[in-house]
Amino acid sequence: MSRFVPNRRVHREKMLQDIGVEKFEDLLEPVPEKFRLKEKLQIPEPLSEFELTREFEEFASRNTGAELVCFMGAGSYDHFIPAAVDHILLRSEFYTAYTPYQAEVSQGTLQAIFEYQTMIARLTGMEMANACMYDGASAAAEACLMAMRITRKQRVLVAGSLNPRWLDVIRTYLKRDDFEINEIPFLEDGTLDLEIAAELIEGGTAAVLVQYPNYFGFIEDLQPIAELIHEHKGLFIVAADPVALPLLRSPGDAGADIVVGEGQSLGIPMSYGGPYIGFMAARMKLARRMPGRIIGRTTDRAGQIGYVLTLQTREQHIRRDKATSNICSNQALMALANVAYLSLMGERGFREISSQSYHKSHYLEEKLLEIPGVSRVFEKTPFFREFVISFPVSSIELRDRMIEDGILAGLPIVELGEGAMLITVTEKRTRDEIDRYVMTAAEICGGGAS
Amino acid sequence: MKTVFELSSPGRMGVSLPELDVPAASEIPAELSRESGGETGLPEATEGQILRHYLNLSTMNHHVDKGMYPLGSCTMKYNPKLHEDLARIRGLSGIHPLVPDKLAAGSLELMYRLGEFLCEITGFKGVSLQPAAGAQGEFCGIMLIKSYLESRGEPHRNEVLMPDSAHGTNPATSTLADCVVVGVKSNEYGLVDPEDLMRKAGPNTAVFMLTNPNTLGLFESRIEELTSIVHEAGGLNYMDGANMNALLGIAKPGEMGFDVCHLNLHKTFATPHGGGGPGSGPVACTEELARFVPDPVVIREDDGNYRLCRKQDSFGRLLAFQGNTGVLYKAYAYIRTLGAEGLREVSENALINANYLKAKLRDYFDNPFDNGPCMHEFVLSGDRQAKQGVKTLDIAKRLLDYGFHAPTVYFPLIVHEALMIEPTETESLEDIDAFAEAMISIAGEAIEKPYLVTDAPVNTPVLRLDEVKAVKDLCLVEPVDKGEDP
Amino acid sequence: MSNIPEELRYTETHEWIKDLGNGEYMIGLTFYAQEQMGEIVMVEFPGMHDFNSGDILGTLEAVKTAEDFYAPFDCKVVRINQDLEDEPALINENSYEKGWLIVVKTDDPSGFNSLKSADEYSEFIGE
Repeated sequence: MSRFVPNRRVHREKMLQDIGVEKFEDLLEPVPEKFRLKEKLQIPEPLSEFELTREFEEFASRNTGAELVCFMGAGSYDHFIPAAVDHILLRSEFYTAYTPYQAEVSQGTLQAIFEYQTMIARLTGMEMANACMYDGASAAAEACLMAMRITRKQRVLVAGSLNPRWLDVIRTYLKRDDFEINEIPFLEDGTLDLEIAAELIEGGTAAVLVQYPNYFGFIEDLQPIAELIHEHKGLFIVAADPVALPLLRSPGDAGADIVVGEGQSLGIPMSYGGPYIGFMAARMKLARRMPGRIIGRTTDRAGQIGYVLTLQTREQHIRRDKATSNICSNQALMALANVAYLSLMGERGFREISSQSYHKSHYLEEKLLEIPGVSRVFEKTPFFREFVISFPVSSIELRDRMIEDGILAGLPIVELGEGAMLITVTEKRTRDEIDRYVMTAAEICGGGAS
Repeated sequence: MKTVFELSSPGRMGVSLPELDVPAASEIPAELSRESGGETGLPEATEGQILRHYLNLSTMNHHVDKGMYPLGSCTMKYNPKLHEDLARIRGLSGIHPLVPDKLAAGSLELMYRLGEFLCEITGFKGVSLQPAAGAQGEFCGIMLIKSYLESRGEPHRNEVLMPDSAHGTNPATSTLADCVVVGVKSNEYGLVDPEDLMRKAGPNTAVFMLTNPNTLGLFESRIEELTSIVHEAGGLNYMDGANMNALLGIAKPGEMGFDVCHLNLHKTFATPHGGGGPGSGPVACTEELARFVPDPVVIREDDGNYRLCRKQDSFGRLLAFQGNTGVLYKAYAYIRTLGAEGLREVSENALINANYLKAKLRDYFDNPFDNGPCMHEFVLSGDRQAKQGVKTLDIAKRLLDYGFHAPTVYFPLIVHEALMIEPTETESLEDIDAFAEAMISIAGEAIEKPYLVTDAPVNTPVLRLDEVKAVKDLCLVEPVDKGEDP
Repeated sequence: MSNIPEELRYTETHEWIKDLGNGEYMIGLTFYAQEQMGEIVMVEFPGMHDFNSGDILGTLEAVKTAEDFYAPFDCKVVRINQDLEDEPALINENSYEKGWLIVVKTDDPSGFNSLKSADEYSEFIGE
């Protein structure tokens, strides 16, 4: 039978005898006879290791999307992952451990996550961070709930330029008759309409949530929004892209109270949507109101430094229905991927990733705008890594035709026009690939690249 | 150990990156640029230094590949190595979640088939693979039920009934879903008291949440009566599938009157727990509830192609994308490796191992609910030792000295000084005997040399840590002034 | 054995109540309860307003437990022990004096009079 179960017949017989029963079925005595399955499950016959590998290779070969040169983003990004990251993740010591409840034999996980919390806090310009959430979207939703608990107000304002899938998640988590979500519209230049925001904010707003850079790649000026919500005694939540932060003013410096974001870009493969990781950072005074696990530094009986899960009275296993969240399992191994990635990249490497993503995306935008009929959807505004372009042909059709040439051109956003496409350029894209994008697009659009 | 920040020295690099090969664009306007100096405070060290740092840290962890990890309700079984490799095949790991469906045909078919397997195992018709963990699965389940009740014209039903032995996530999920928790008593046998359930179930009941086998490791023998009481009151039944490792091929929740259940792939289906996650908490449900599952769900078209779609009545979305796909790959691999008989073999041996260990420890620890066979786990009480001044926490810490991880302690709340033990099927008779000997030896120490237990652990990388200090003098990040230029 | 002063009254949720005269009552946590909880690391106080009997007045947090404390009768909160904000462990060190929680006011003494006596509380906690 399977290679995972060590008990053979001889062991089973001895064990059943020691238990004091004759046969296995005697152990099922508490299960009413009518519920005991009489038939085998309808599951295909078992596969050996190499048969299973072949089946997986076959599945993988039909994922033809993985072969394309990726210019798609919208919340999942094709960034470079140093080989060493996976060597750390594949240590059994890390990946076959449970949540670090017994701190004395979990210092590896605990210290690594403490270092992760430190890096997230430093990048975002905040005073502390938690040990992670499921993904960026659910972290954003939990941040809204946290702000509503703290302010005892039941309305949040969310930027209309937020990733629509994230907005969906926020709507799901906040689906209650007494909760209200209002969207702040965006202007011709893709940034938020602060005049309308100032009107919407009246009458009790728990928080304003802004994506930074926003869904279209534009870099919002955070400070005026921070001032606006703070005047109204609400909290400022920023959903930040960590890859942009080496270049951009940190949300903490600009006045954010809670910063959330998606950590997939930091050493985690796109893997068709998961597992990813949400981060959450905040001002120190909000730490006790946060959801999720938090690691703290302390000392042992001999005075040595050590790490433990702390502020646990916020959590479900102690506070039950009054907990700050129901989260239990999080995405800890992905936090390890983040901390390994950020350590390897270091101060200069991470800035280089950020900077190359910035410059390469601008290079592609500039080249595309030279194609006749191609235009910006929004007015010229500073952007990072992602931008929206309007093609003179249907963006869905363009995408499909470029797939034939091995290029995943981006995400069509037909809500912004038939030709609108959200395009992403990470540091991984070479000049050749970018030039090929331009040439192929130009051909499809009916003109040559000038 | 030093932190990674203390390894830092300006100029060191842990990666090699190519030069920028396109003309530079104009810089970001100053008012939008990173403040003063622009540092992010990341360390600067070489690849070798970083590797050594994290590998040295890793050696301070207990883990399944090192030794037995009998944490009750956590199902810390062996994690197959092949599955790690399979989930990393480039075609599966290197694909963007928003590619057109036909370009992800392999992942979609795998996910669809996994959904079918999970339905077969649980006896349900509908499934969502999206929830990232058990707790999110619970939220998904309650939202399905609320949507259904609303469609039936009963949105006022907001009470969630649950026994006092429930996992903390159950009440916390109820609050998140805007419901009210109503406790149901357990009887002297550690099972839900049907009379109390009858009293509590009524016109405001939305759902009865039950872990089965329950958190004492006992099968709720009167399950049919319990689920009928709730159905007759107009509510639905939710099974917390945390303990599904007891039931593979043995019984199906869908046949016991449950309407929905979640599964923990990181428990029952051998995907690794990763030091706290990622898990995956798929939800299986009846046909009536299936039309409300979260967006997106994998469907099979008439032409045999697979597609992601949003059901018209979907209650919403739980994650930005389709779920912890990388974890789903591993669970699929597990089910394909075992087949029907292998799955049943898992549960049979989980039960045998637990009952055998329970029998071995019977004379040395109190066992408040020892009225017959347990399922895949059992709960002892350290009351006898506590009266000698050795608490369950001390016993847990002493086990670490013996090279074992501790059981789950102080849970469920209805047992004093609880020790909840789940050996799992992947432990051998010899390993279980060794664990039993350690427990028996500690029971002896508690009487003869209690200081050995109350001073424990002593053979671990650090001694017992001061948790009060951790809360009082909060230190949640490395201070910025530390670990800079030496 | 716990320390259960004779002159105080008690609740089943482990508060002690002392009659200060003029319709004012001081509320604290019993010695028994603080011992069960372990070192208290935070106290969350109520606002200075009216509460009904049984309402949650605030929360006490130790490392692994958090317990609410409740209004023993209809009352208005008039003072809180601000020393506890910096030094919550005063509850452990001196639960009946320096570790008091709040002072409430009520015109109706019947609620106080119906609380448990020291003997009854002692029996309640099984000592």
